[in-house]
Amino acid sequence: MMLAAPASGDAAVVLVELGAVALGLAVLARAATRLGIPAIPLYLLAGLAVGEGGVAPLDVSQEFISIAAEIGVLLLLLALGLEYTAEELRAGLRGGAGPGLADALLNFTPGVAGGLLLGWDVTAAVLLGGVSWITSSGVVSKVLADLGWMANRETPAVLNLLVLEDLAMAVFLPVVGALVAARSLGETALTVAASILVVTLFLAVALRFGRRLSRVLGGASDESLLLSVFGLTLLVGGLAERARVSAAIGAFLVGLALSGPVQQRARTLIGPLRDLFAATFFFFFSFQLRPSRLLDAAVPALLLGVVAACTKFGSGWVACRRLGIGRAGRLRAGAALVARGEFSIVIASLGAKTASGEELGSIAAAFVLLTAVASPLLARVVVRDRPAGRSRRTGQIQI
Amino acid sequence: MPRINETQLPGVGVRHEFVTAAGQRVAVVSHRTGRREVAVYRNDDPDACTTVLELDADDTGVLAEILGAPQVAAATNAMQRIEGLGIDWLRVASPVASGTTIGAGRYRARTGASIVAVIRGDETFGAPGADFELQSGDVVVAVGSAEGLGQLGSLLRG
Repeated sequence: MMLAAPASGDAAVVLVELGAVALGLAVLARAATRLGIPAIPLYLLAGLAVGEGGVAPLDVSQEFISIAAEIGVLLLLLALGLEYTAEELRAGLRGGAGPGLADALLNFTPGVAGGLLLGWDVTAAVLLGGVSWITSSGVVSKVLADLGWMANRETPAVLNLLVLEDLAMAVFLPVVGALVAARSLGETALTVAASILVVTLFLAVALRFGRRLSRVLGGASDESLLLSVFGLTLLVGGLAERARVSAAIGAFLVGLALSGPVQQRARTLIGPLRDLFAATFFFFFSFQLRPSRLLDAAVPALLLGVVAACTKFGSGWVACRRLGIGRAGRLRAGAALVARGEFSIVIASLGAKTASGEELGSIAAAFVLLTAVASPLLARVVVRDRPAGRSRRTGQIQI
Repeated sequence: MPRINETQLPGVGVRHEFVTAAGQRVAVVSHRTGRREVAVYRNDDPDACTTVLELDADDTGVLAEILGAPQVAAATNAMQRIEGLGIDWLRVASPVASGTTIGAGRYRARTGASIVAVIRGDETFGAPGADFELQSGDVVVAVGSAEGLGQLGSLLRG
C-alpha cells in the first residue's frame, strides 16, 4: 500500500503531462491547417518553447517521451518504405535516374559544403548534406493536394523525384549510420562496407521472402496485421541497432519488404500510429535543443535554406524540362520540392551523438522550419506569378 | 472514342486524361484511397489544371451510374446487333409461369434463350438452377437471339 500510492501518483502526473502535450500538438495541427502550412514546424516550435531554457519550460517525463520519439522515427521510416510499390520503384529508376542524380548532386552539395565551412568533421558534414537533400514527401503531398496540383502535368516529375530520394535513402542511411558508429578511418571503411553488406543481404532476403511474408500476413485481420507490422518493425529495428546498423534502416527495410495488398493495408493501418508517434518525435527533437543554440544556428540555417531552396528549384527545372513542361510548371515543381521535413530531422537525429551533434540538430531544426514554411508560400507565389497576363512585379509585391 | 492517356502518380494513384470533342483536356486522378479528382486543364497554361470536382468512393459510384447507364445500354444494343446475341430483362406476369420451376417451364428448349439471373425485389439470384421457382413480379435476365428473347418474353408475360 505504501509503495502503490506514490507509483499511482506518478502515473497520474505522467498521464496529465502527456495529455497536455498531445492536446497542445493537436491545437497546433489545427492551426497549421488553418494557416495552410505543414504542422512539423509548429511541432518543432512547441518543443523549443517548453524545453530547457524555453519560454515555458515543462518538466515532462523524458524517459517515456524519448521511447515514443524513437518509435516515431521507426514508424516514419517504415511508412517511407511502405510508400511505394516495387513496381513504382522500378519505374522510377528506369525513367528518372538522370533527374534523380541531378537532384542528389544539387541538394547534397550545399549541406556538405556548409558543414565543412562551419569546421565540422566529414561525418557531420555528410549528415547535413542529407538534411539539405531529402525533400519532405509529407509536405509535398500536402502542397499538391491543397493547391489542386495533383492532376498537373509536372506532378509526375515531382513524385518521381520523391521515389528516387526514397531509394537513395536505402543507400545513404546505412552509410551515415556506419560513419556515425565508427571511430577511426579504417574502422569507418569497415563499418560502411559491413552495413552495406547487411543491407544488401537483408534486401536479398526481403526480395526472396518478402512475397511469402506478405502472403503469410495477408490472411491476418486488421488488428493482427497492425500488431505484426508494428512488432516486426521494432524487432528488426532493434536487431539492426544491435548490429550497429541504425534501427531506422531496419524499419525502412521492413517497409520495403512488404508488397502487394498487404503493403496497401499496412500503410493505411500504420498511418494514424505514425502521425501520433512522429509528432512526439518532432516535439522531443526540439525539446532537447536549447533555444540559445537555435538562435546561433539561425544565420547558417537561413543561408543554407536560401541556397537549398534555389537548388531544389534547379532539381524541379531539370526534371520537368525532360517532360517538355513549360516555365510555370517548372517553377511550381521547384516550389513544391523546397520543403524539407521529417527525413531531414531523422537524419540530423542520427548524428545527435557526434561532436557537432547539437549544432547539427539546431541547424536542421531551423532549416526545416524555414523550408517547410517557405514551400507552401512559394507555391502560392509562383501561381500568381503567371508568365502570361500579370507582370512579375505583382507577384513580388505579394510576397 | 477519344484516346485515354494513363500516367502513374507514384505514392498517390493514377491519372487518366483525354480530350473532349470540344477540345477541352480533362484529367481524372484516382487516389489509392478511392478518392477521385476531376480536373480541367487551363487554356493559359497547358500544364496546370483546375480541379472541378472531388468525389469519394460513393460519389464516384453515383456519378458513374448517372453517366454510365446509357453507355451500358448502348453497348448492349451494339452487342445484340453485332453478334446476333442479346440480353434482356423480362418481367414475370403469367399465372402459368409463376409458381413453376425454370426446368418445368422448359424455356430454353422452347425458345433457345437461357435465363442467367433472376431479380426479386432487392435480391439477385445469379445462374438459377432448373429447380428455381419463378414468382409473379420477378425480373428475369435472359440471353439469347432476338427472336428467342421475344418468345421467352411472351411466355413469361402470359
